[in-house]
Amino acid sequence: MVPADVAWMIVATALVLLMTPALAFFYGGLVRSKNALNTMMMSFISLGFLGVTWALVGYSLAFGTGNAWLGDLSFVFLKDVGLGEATGSTIPHILFMAFQATFAIVTAALISGAIVERMKFGAYIVFLVLWSLVVYSPVCHWVWAPTGWLFKMGALDYAGGTVVHVNAAVSALVAAMVLGPRKDYARQAILPHNVPFVLLGAGLLWFGWFGFNAGSAIAAGSANGFYKSAAVAFVTTMLAPAATLTVWSLLDIIRGGKATAVGAATAIVVGLVAITPAAGHVSPLSALALGGIAAFPSYFALLYRAKTKLDDSLDVVAAHGVGGTVGALLTGVFSQKAWSGLVDGLLFGNPDQMRIQVIGVAAVIAYAAVMTFVILKVVGAVMPLRADVGDEGLGMDVTQHGEEAYTSGEGAILVLPELEAPQVALQARLANEGGKA
Amino acid sequence: MKLVVAVVRHEKLNDVLVELFKADVQGLTISEVRGHGGEIEQVETYRGTTVKMSLSEKIRLEIGVSDHFVQPTVQAILRGASTGSVGDGKIFVLPVEKIYRIRTGEEDQAAVTPVTVGGKKK
Repeated sequence: MVPADVAWMIVATALVLLMTPALAFFYGGLVRSKNALNTMMMSFISLGFLGVTWALVGYSLAFGTGNAWLGDLSFVFLKDVGLGEATGSTIPHILFMAFQATFAIVTAALISGAIVERMKFGAYIVFLVLWSLVVYSPVCHWVWAPTGWLFKMGALDYAGGTVVHVNAAVSALVAAMVLGPRKDYARQAILPHNVPFVLLGAGLLWFGWFGFNAGSAIAAGSANGFYKSAAVAFVTTMLAPAATLTVWSLLDIIRGGKATAVGAATAIVVGLVAITPAAGHVSPLSALALGGIAAFPSYFALLYRAKTKLDDSLDVVAAHGVGGTVGALLTGVFSQKAWSGLVDGLLFGNPDQMRIQVIGVAAVIAYAAVMTFVILKVVGAVMPLRADVGDEGLGMDVTQHGEEAYTSGEGAILVLPELEAPQVALQARLANEGGKA
Repeated sequence: MKLVVAVVRHEKLNDVLVELFKADVQGLTISEVRGHGGEIEQVETYRGTTVKMSLSEKIRLEIGVSDHFVQPTVQAILRGASTGSVGDGKIFVLPVEKIYRIRTGEEDQAAVTPVTVGGKKK
């Protein structure tokens, strides 16, 4: 047990937890005002349901010894998850569990971006819980558990380029296809209702992402068998999005003459996504290059997607799927043993790392796509996935939550509990009189 | 000359505009209004405070038209705004005493006839 490591990991866990509310603001600002609460709740609810799911079962399926494909039930209900060191680390096992919980929570919430403004909230929660157990936990096991097959193969995924971003984005793509487009999609302009929220969300995501990436060292700096230093991941997490933001804004200016705010917020997220798998493996200068390169595919994927029938409403695929894939592959290019203490990439004389990275990404894409499709079909067979067209028109805030994001209160009549009592009495009297007649 | 005033659902505005443009109705003003038209009141709860929203948000369109344009305008709004459930709104057709076009000072019929620029309606 190293006290500095424990202290840093406690802070990092709190930082990553903040990413889910941050995502709520990022997504919430991008939708129309009548769907703002619903969209934000899709992220917030994950803090509850998936926090519980993770502690009860998910953690065990992901990090139980098990086999190459799946953990086991040895840590179910947090059995044997105590104050002793987590295997291969210098921090308490419970803290490692909590840190990983924040990843499970935010990954699932990412999917919601593709199905906002139309999915019924109840069906969404059921989907989320099943997805976490059937897709997230196994994939997490493959890549991060010492017994997982991708881990053993040597796939590099520092903080979750494949486990979190490619995984969520592929599932988002499938979910958007299964649910179909919003009724207004491609028929009328659907504009972000609060761009300052989008910027706030992007800023808070960046802040939380320091915990996400630098926390994935599972230590403050001591060599612990996994990675060398949190400081490397911290600095690359600062530099890569800076490069993406710069390149993205220049692309904006060259193409349209103006740097856009929604573009800037998106660029930050793309840069963060791209550096995630590489965070502790590359040099700071490589991080700048990686962030800059990552701007291009996502930028043009966004433009292309808007012209298609695919209503991936908040571009989870372009930002997280494309950004995550590019990041995972570039990890194989830019990795440097001098910085990570682990392996070199293509540029530093180890072309084989690229092959392993491709296998990792391909495996996650295939598994997440198939299983998400199956889960949605199963849930869809039991309950409707989509709100009906009338409810969609009225807005998901009122129809799913009985609240509005922005209401003046004019015309709202207070329903007082005192008023109910005389009414009940009246009804009882009427019933008695009815009996007499 | 008539003034067509229509109160329609927020989410049907786009459909109404599409129908109006198809019917060649070109000048209009819209505003956001709140009203009550007998629809079921939405119940909302905020941490134990339960309210009935007796006013719902609507869009009001005002369109000044010459007489022979009244029917096409009304029909276009009917086509665009109808969902079949209570709360679709109303259309009022009012007589108009005088119309002026501010730019040219034209009056009445001339003031609500779209200008032709270079042989192309604008």
